[in-house]
Amino acid sequence: MHTNEISMLINEQIESISTNHNIVKINNLNVYADSHQILKNINLTIPKNKITVLLGPSGCGKTTLLKSMNKLTDLYKELKVTGNIFIEDDDILHTTKNVPSIRQKMGLLGQRPFPLPMSIYKNISYGIKLKGIRDKKLIAFSVEKYLKEVGLWEEVKNRLNQPATSLSIGQQQRLCLARGLAVKPRIILADEPTSALDPISSKIIENLFRSLKEHYTIILVTHVLRQAVRLADHVVFMYNGEVIEQGSPNTLFNTPKTQKLKEYLVDGN
Amino acid sequence: MKRSKKTEEAVFKILSGFATYSLIVILAFIIIVVFVKGFNALTWEMVVKTPKGGYYYGGEGGVLNAIMGSLYIAFGATIIAIIIGMPSALYLNVYLLRHKKTQNTIRYILDALWGIPSIVYGAFGFTLMLYLGLNASLLAGILTVALLITPIIVRTFDEVLSTIPKGLHEATLALGSTRTEMAFKVMLKQGFSGFITAVLLAFGRGIGDAASVLFTAGYTDLIPVNIDEPAATLPLAIFFQLGSPIPEVRERAYAAGAILTIIILTVSLTARLFSRQYSKSNIN
Repeated sequence: MHTNEISMLINEQIESISTNHNIVKINNLNVYADSHQILKNINLTIPKNKITVLLGPSGCGKTTLLKSMNKLTDLYKELKVTGNIFIEDDDILHTTKNVPSIRQKMGLLGQRPFPLPMSIYKNISYGIKLKGIRDKKLIAFSVEKYLKEVGLWEEVKNRLNQPATSLSIGQQQRLCLARGLAVKPRIILADEPTSALDPISSKIIENLFRSLKEHYTIILVTHVLRQAVRLADHVVFMYNGEVIEQGSPNTLFNTPKTQKLKEYLVDGN
Repeated sequence: MKRSKKTEEAVFKILSGFATYSLIVILAFIIIVVFVKGFNALTWEMVVKTPKGGYYYGGEGGVLNAIMGSLYIAFGATIIAIIIGMPSALYLNVYLLRHKKTQNTIRYILDALWGIPSIVYGAFGFTLMLYLGLNASLLAGILTVALLITPIIVRTFDEVLSTIPKGLHEATLALGSTRTEMAFKVMLKQGFSGFITAVLLAFGRGIGDAASVLFTAGYTDLIPVNIDEPAATLPLAIFFQLGSPIPEVRERAYAAGAILTIIILTVSLTARLFSRQYSKSNIN
């Protein structure tokens, strides 16, 4: 193992366990799709090492908000984003830093898994290599570490060279989570990650989130009220592109202030 | 299920099955006719020898000159088409992802290029050849066929790449990949079998086309050793021999056709085996 790789690894470990203000702060965020406004003047603060649930009905802008945070909105020419998104004090909408390094701060877990067209092992090593690590032993060590972190190691340790698509959907989703963790993000962006999974796989993912929040900030998009109740440390309720209410789950779910949230809670139950 | 629905199901199944199997029958019929008609002339000598004096009047020799010329032109043109076509298809699906209008305009132009008859490419190649002061040669043949088959590679590969879900793009970019890394490490792998299909289609079109090489590659009884020498091709060998009043020479035309078919089937089979092997070890 090269000395610089070791020091890179140590620095990243230190950074990941440090207690600095690892938060997301969003000021006056607006997203337009041509003439239609998808997000309207969003102001948010996401607490570090907590699970923040973005809750709201379909089409309220939750996914767009999530994609704005790692600049995936750049892929869509029709989307125009204004305002500020501070990730660790960096305004990612106006920074001169390159986009890939910004995105590496956030692992993305989609509605359904998208394993890379390669083996189980290479799916994890892909992200590690993107971080500039070339030492084979270190890569192998990291692959095992992240597969263990998502509870997949025992299930796949004898078939690491098999295609990732040979795994079940639930396993694929955990593989994608491990792949995301391998680039050492600060934040995990999860966009309805259990919507395509069976109840058992969903429970595994939920349990993983509970344990992962010790080291990562998790932003979870869901429209399943029960999931929000089970997981949330902080809730942001959105409706029609606006943040209607935000705060602790206890406050929001027990004493909602707005009629929209009250109706949503009644319908959700 | 209601009786009318059952009848509808049965009728459609029969019609679609008939359409599918009739295609296989037509292909088998073409191959059988070519092989049967060329059977007597299909000898080892035909494959390993170049034409001797009086070959086109029933004399000794074979079509090795045309086999080699066709292979040189088809492989040369396919390599050039891959070099231009693969990055073009990736560019369309990676860098122009946000620019739908430009993407559609380029696709429209490529479709038009695909649809242009090969004789037009031959005429264009001939004009260009005269302008550059070149003679009919292997090089001119390769360049003209490359022009003919590049749109095939680009559009076929493009169609495959465009079916890759946007979620995979997002997942790859979210890991911190650059677009170039996404193009070569993910999209190329994901679309590899489609890429092989594109190359096979282009190679088949290139090796089987007569009109584009008629004026540009020329024809000779010798195997070209330099790219500025003329080159014979199998389609032209078939064309010249089939017009002969001598029955033995016409048989040789069918035999040359059979050789051309065997070459295409061999290349296709090899490429598919390679693609399958690659998929097993790398892609999925």
